[in-house]
Amino acid sequence: MFEGITDNLKNALSFLNRGRLTEASIREGMQKVRQALLEADVNYDVAQDFIDRVTERAIGDDVLKSLSPTQQIIGIVHNELEELMGPVDHSLNIRKGELTILMMCGLQGSGKTTTCGKLARMLKADNKKPFLVAADLQRPAAIEQLRIIGESVGVPVHTEDPAETTPLKVCQNGVKRARAEGADVVILDTAGRLHVDDELMAELEQIDKRVGPHQILLVCDAMTGQDAVNSAKAFNDALEVDGVILTKLDGDTRGGAALSVKAVTGVPIKFIGVGEALDRLEAFHPDRMAGRILGMGDVVTLFEKAQQEMDEDEMLAAQEKMREGKFTLIDFQKQMRSMRKMGSIKDIMKYIPGLGGMADAMSQMGDPEKDLKRIDGIIDSMTLNERENPNRIDRSRRNRIASGAGVDPSEVNALLKQFGEMATMMKRMSGMGTMERMRAVQDMARSASNDPTGHIRMQKQRSRRGPVDVRKAKDDKKKKRKDAKKSRKKNR
Amino acid sequence: MPDRDIYEEKADSTMGFFDKLKGALKKTKDVLKTDVRDIFRAGEILDEAKLKQFEKRLLLTDMGFEATSAIVEELRVKHVGRTVIIDDIWTTVKDKLKSLLKGDGDVRYDPNKPTSPLNLQSDGPTVILVAGVNGVGKTTSIAKLANLLQKDGKSVVLAAGDTFRAAAVEQLTLWSERLGCDIVTKPSGTDPASVAFAGCDLAADKGKDIVIVDTAGRLQTHTNLMVELEKIHRVIGKRIPGAPHESLLVLDATTGQNGVSQASHFSDIVDCTGLVLAKLDGSAKGGVVVSIRQKMGIPVKYVGLGEQIDDLAVFDPDSFVDALVSEEV
Repeated sequence: MFEGITDNLKNALSFLNRGRLTEASIREGMQKVRQALLEADVNYDVAQDFIDRVTERAIGDDVLKSLSPTQQIIGIVHNELEELMGPVDHSLNIRKGELTILMMCGLQGSGKTTTCGKLARMLKADNKKPFLVAADLQRPAAIEQLRIIGESVGVPVHTEDPAETTPLKVCQNGVKRARAEGADVVILDTAGRLHVDDELMAELEQIDKRVGPHQILLVCDAMTGQDAVNSAKAFNDALEVDGVILTKLDGDTRGGAALSVKAVTGVPIKFIGVGEALDRLEAFHPDRMAGRILGMGDVVTLFEKAQQEMDEDEMLAAQEKMREGKFTLIDFQKQMRSMRKMGSIKDIMKYIPGLGGMADAMSQMGDPEKDLKRIDGIIDSMTLNERENPNRIDRSRRNRIASGAGVDPSEVNALLKQFGEMATMMKRMSGMGTMERMRAVQDMARSASNDPTGHIRMQKQRSRRGPVDVRKAKDDKKKKRKDAKKSRKKNR
Repeated sequence: MPDRDIYEEKADSTMGFFDKLKGALKKTKDVLKTDVRDIFRAGEILDEAKLKQFEKRLLLTDMGFEATSAIVEELRVKHVGRTVIIDDIWTTVKDKLKSLLKGDGDVRYDPNKPTSPLNLQSDGPTVILVAGVNGVGKTTSIAKLANLLQKDGKSVVLAAGDTFRAAAVEQLTLWSERLGCDIVTKPSGTDPASVAFAGCDLAADKGKDIVIVDTAGRLQTHTNLMVELEKIHRVIGKRIPGAPHESLLVLDATTGQNGVSQASHFSDIVDCTGLVLAKLDGSAKGGVVVSIRQKMGIPVKYVGLGEQIDDLAVFDPDSFVDALVSEEV
C-alpha cells in the first residue's frame, strides 16, 4: 500500500539532496510535494495546508542553519504527516458487563459487510461474544452474504425476511436477541447509501436514535478520490461518527483519503482492511503509517506480526541451532512456514527499512510465493534422514526427490546449494551484534538486487598466502621470463 | 448561457441522459458549490489568484493533476491579464475538456440506441466480460445492462462468475429472476472460467444473442487474481472464437487517481474496450475518466445513475463535461 505516494514523495523530496538548500529551493520542492499529494487524492485543502505548514517550519532559521537540514526537513514532513493522521484510539469502548452496540455505515461497495465479519472475528479472538445483525435489506443477497460470513467465523447472525421488515425493526429485534443470548457486542450491518440521499440518511439517523449504538463506525474505501471528505463529513454531520475503518488498502492506492479524512472531520481512523480474507484487519498507527509513506519501513508492526504468528520457544530453539551450526532442513521448513503465515514476502519486505523499494523489483522477477511452495514440496519429498543430513543426498536420492516433488533434479540441487550457503551465513551472522546483523541483511539485499540469480554470495575461498595483486604477479612473471632468457643467453 | 442553443438542437436526442444526469448531480449542489461563476465575474481581470481557485475546482472533480494543468495552462495562455468574458472562458474550458475526453477518435454514441456502444455480433452470441475492483457495482451494472439489452429485444444469458464472495451468485440469481433472463451458476468456489465457459456454451446452443460474464471483484495488484481473470478471458475465446467482444471495466465514480492504475492493470490483462462509470449519482463527479481517457484512450460507454434497474445510460461526453464543470446543466 501507499507505494505510489511513497515514490512520488521521494521524487519530490529529492531536491533535498541537490546542492545547497535555500528558501527558494525549498519552496519549489514543496510545490512538487503538493503535486504528489494531489496525485495521491489528498484533499485539495488538506494538501495546501500541509504544504504551508511544512514550508513555514522548514524555512525557519534554525533548520537551514542546522548541521543536517535535509534530515530535519524529512523529520518535519514525517511529523506533520503523523499529525495529520493522528492521534488515534483503537479501542471500541466495549463496556464491561453490558451489551455494546456497534453500527457500521458507509457508501455502497465500501466493504461494510466484509468488515463486519473481520471485526466479529477480531472480537471473538479477544474472548468477546460478538453478534451480527443483517440490516442491509437493500442489496440483493446481502443478508445471505453476512450469514455465510457469520458461519465461517462462528458468530451468530440475526436475519429477517427483507419483504416483511424494516432496517429499524431488524436492528431492534437483533439487539433484543443478542441480549437474550448473552452476547457482549452487537454489530449492525446497515445498507450502503449515498450521503446525498436524504431519505436513507434519515433512516440511519432513526436507527441511531431508537437503537442507540455506542459506537458508529464509518467504512471508507481507501481508493476514494476528492469526494471521500464530502461523504465522511456528511455521515459525521448526520450521525456523529466515532471512528473510520479504511478498506482496500492492499491495492496500490495512494491512500490520500487516509490523510484527509481525519484532518477534515476530526474522526480518527481506527482500523485498516488490508485483504479480502477475514483476518486482514489491522489497527491503524499514524506514526508507523507516516514512516511507511516516506519509505522508512515499519519494523514495529512487523515485529508484532511475527510475535503473533511465531512460537517464541520454537524461535529460540531455532536460533540456538543456527548458532551451533546444526540448522537442518526441518528447521528451515518450519521457519519458512511460519514466515508464510505472516503474509507474502512482498508484504513483509515493505516493513523492513531499505527493502521497501525492492518489493516492486521482485514482482518482476516472478512470484516468490510459488518458489516457496516448490521448495516446501521438495523438502516434503525427502526422508527425515535426508532432511537432517542433506549431505547424504547423492544422485540417485536426488532423482527420487525430484520425481516425488514433480520438479527438475537441478532444482533440488539448487535448493541444497542455497541451503548450504544460508546455513554458513547464519552461522556467521549469529556471531554478530544486532547492528552488524542489520547491516549484513541490508548488504545482502543490495547484492541480491544486482544479482539476477538471487543467490546468497559466499566469500570466495582465498589461498592462505593472502590476496594476490594481479599486476604485481604479472610483472613478476615477466621478470622471471626475462631472467630466464638472459641466463639462457649467458650459458650459450 | 452560450451553449443553450446547441442544447436545444439536440435536445430531444440527449434528453434522457441529460435529465438523469441533471437529476443525479443536483444533489451535489449543496455539498460541492461548483458554480464557477463565483470565481469568474464579467468585467474583472483574470489573474493568477482566480486561476488558482479554478484549479482547485477542477482538482476536486478527481480529473487529476495533469488534465487540470492542461486546462489551466490553456486558460492562462488565452485569457490571463484580460477582462473576463465568461462565455469565452467557458468555451475554452469546455472545448479543452471535450478534446481530452474524446481523445483521438471522436466517439459518440446514440443515446436512443442503448446498444450502440457495444460491438455486437450479427452471427453467434456476443460475449461481454465485466471486471473491476471490489465493490464498484459490477453485479448491479450487469443487471442494468442486461435490462437495457432485453428492452432492445436481445436475449441475454448471465454467467455468475463471482464464485468467491459470499452470496454473490445469489445476488445475480435474484436479479436474473427479476429480469426473467437465463443464468448459469456453479457452486461457490468453482473455477470462474468454467462458469464463463458454461455460459458461452448455453448461449451458443440455445442461440442467445448476448452473454454477460460477471467476475469477482479483484484489486489490480493481486497478481494471482489477475492471472485468474486472464484465464477467464482465454477460456471464453476458446468456446467462442473472437470473444469476448467487449471487456467492460466498471469504475466507481468516487474513485480517485487510483482509477488510472485500475484501468491500466485491467487493460493489460483483458484489453478493456470500455468503461462503465457507476454510482455517478453521489456527489463525486468521476473526473478520473478524463485522466484515463487522456492516458490510455479507453472510452466511457455507460454511466450508472442510481440504484434502480433503469438507471443506466449511454455515456454522452458533451453533457458529462457540462455536468463536470458547471452547475448550470
